[in-house]
This record gives sequence, structure tokens and C-alpha cells, in this order.
Amino acid sequence: MDLVSLITVFVLAVFLGFEVITKVPPILHTPLMSGSNAISGIAIIGALIATGAENSTVSTVLGVIALVAATINVVGGFLVTHRMLDKFKKKD
Amino acid sequence: MELTVITNLVYLLAAVLFILGLKGLGHPRTAVRGNLLGAVAMLMAIVVTLVANEIVKVEWVIAGIVLGSLIGGVLALKIKMTAMPQLVGLFNGFGGLASVLVATVAIIDAVTGFSMGKAVTGLVQRLGGVAFDPQFVVATAFSAFVGGVTFWGSLIAFGKLQGIVSEKSVRYPGDQIVKALVFVASLVMGVLVVIEPSNLTYYWILLGLSSLLGLLLTVPIGGADMPIVIALLNSYSGIAAAATGFVLNNTILIIAGSLVGASGIILTQIMCKAMNRSLANVLFGGLGGAQVQEDLG
Repeated sequence: MDLVSLITVFVLAVFLGFEVITKVPPILHTPLMSGSNAISGIAIIGALIATGAENSTVSTVLGVIALVAATINVVGGFLVTHRMLDKFKKKD
Repeated sequence: MELTVITNLVYLLAAVLFILGLKGLGHPRTAVRGNLLGAVAMLMAIVVTLVANEIVKVEWVIAGIVLGSLIGGVLALKIKMTAMPQLVGLFNGFGGLASVLVATVAIIDAVTGFSMGKAVTGLVQRLGGVAFDPQFVVATAFSAFVGGVTFWGSLIAFGKLQGIVSEKSVRYPGDQIVKALVFVASLVMGVLVVIEPSNLTYYWILLGLSSLLGLLLTVPIGGADMPIVIALLNSYSGIAAAATGFVLNNTILIIAGSLVGASGIILTQIMCKAMNRSLANVLFGGLGGAQVQEDLG
């Protein structure tokens, strides 16, 4: 995609991000932070591309470290969010 | 249908699910479903990326995913409920680290003449030879800068809540000036990276300065304000991921990254209000810490 299309996508997504969060009850602050943190683990896509490309040894090693870090972020992030929300349910 | 078209359509579907997931997470009744939608979206994006990019080094990809899943899974399931905020901070740091490393691989590959993927245009044909693509270089420098701040800032936040780093608001005379100087120095180094990308020394110094800035920004903040700082750093890690999207010409990285970047800022403001703090106060004033000291004195 050309730069202008990418910037269009970026600006619209920023506006959406501003609008999508409204009036969050305090009890959900931490789970919301945790859940959106897991989504920011989307860097895993970049790590996959970096690891998968058949380039130099240095880039493969750095790519694998990136992939491990991003996977921890994604898997751990969604799991820990689920655990937090689970606890709230039992309280009710 | 062409593979890139299918990929981008799946990315679009994943983006929609991310938006619905984030929205769901903000309301008590839909929070669990929102989190699941986010996880499904992530899985879709991962699978389609693996298929579309004709991944060569499959064994490395599998090894990385298995190891990361094990570590992330064990941490998430074994941690005590009280330790969850710092765990989120730690995970956030790993996300920032991933963005930095991807940007680093991209610039190393471009300098050594490799291309990281079909969509990545690190080098472009120009009159009189090959040149670095300005979009690629600017995005790489920005991703390294924000990612470095996120990684080290999150590690300190984790350390403070875990009791490894002093929970107190560590301040010294002229600390604001030091922070401002390091910030300006990283900006200058970022410009140098953009002007002369083939000289990787500038890039390494930029990484060093952004790491230092991450430390300097987080160390002065007291332990009680850490949840707000983690929310802000979460927003930064989204911005870093979006910048990486511009490095790789990848829409899902840009969309998911900027969604988290923007919604993270809003969440940070909401949390500040709930704790009766102003964001500027948390970041630069450290007034809470100073007041406590005055009261004690």
C-alpha cells in the first residue's frame, strides 16, 4: 500500500481508539489495560516476518528473540486478562 | 484470489474483531467476550501471516512460539492475583522489546542488502543507484525510540511494583533538565539515523538513548502511581507497534497498534481522574512524593 493509504488507515484507527473507550467502571481499569496490552502484542506479526525471512544469522537470532518476547506478551496477556475477569465473576 | 488480497481481507476482519474486543472490555457484561474476541483476532492475524509470507525458517518460528507460549502461559496462570499489575507491566515491556527488535532486524537487513519480506521496501531504486526509502527509515527510527522507552520504562515499573527497584519517588536536583537533554539528544540521533541510515552507529546510539530515557522517566515516579504509568507505557507500546507497521507496510500492525495507542491514552486519563491525579503531575511533577516528604519533615 502507498504511504497516503497507510496514513489514512492510521489516522482513522487513532480516532477509533479515542472513541471506543468511554465510561469504564474502575473495576475494569486493570483488565482493560491488560487486554489492550495483549492486543499491542500485535508486534508478533512483525516478529514472524523477521524470523521467517531467510536472511543473515544476526537477523534470525534477533527475530527469534522478538518472537519469544511478543508471544509472551500475547499469550500471557490474554490469559492473565481472562483470569482477572474470572475473579470478578465469582464475586458477584 | 491473490494471496495478498486474502491476507489483507483477513487482516481487516481481525481489525474489526480487535475493535469489538476493545469495546467489549470496557463493559462488565461483555468484558470476557471482548477479551476472547481479541485473542481470536490475534490468532487469525498470526495464521494468515504465516501462510502468506512463505516462511522459510519454520523450525525457528515454531520454537519461538512454543517457548514464548510456555513462558507467558506459566507466568499468567501461576502468578498471585496481587502481583497482576506488575505482570502486565512486564508483558508490556516484552511487547516494546519485540517492536524494537523487529525495527533493528529491518534496518540491519536493509543495510546488508537483504529484504525482510515481500511488502518491505527498505531500499528503493533511485536515479543513480539504490537509496533508502524515507518512510522506512523514519518509521524504523521512531519505532526504535518509542520501543526503547517502552521496554526500559516497563521493566522499571515492574521492578518497582515487585520491590526490586526502590518504590520511592527517586528525585535529584535538575532531573527535569537531564530528562529534557536526553530527549533532545535522542531526537538529534533520530534525525541522524534518517539522514544516514547506512551508518548503524547512529542507530545503536539512538537505542541507547531511548533506553536511558525510559529509565529516567520511570525511576522518579512513586510506586502508587505505577498503574497509571503502566497504562501510559501500554499506549506507547501500541504506538511502537504502529510505527513497526509503517516499517513493514503492514496494515494490521498499524491498525491494532494505533487503536491501543489512542485508547491507552484515554484509559490513562480515566485512571488519573479516578485516582485524583493529573497526568502531567504523575509524569513530571512527582508532587505526591514531594508532599509526603514535606509532611514527614
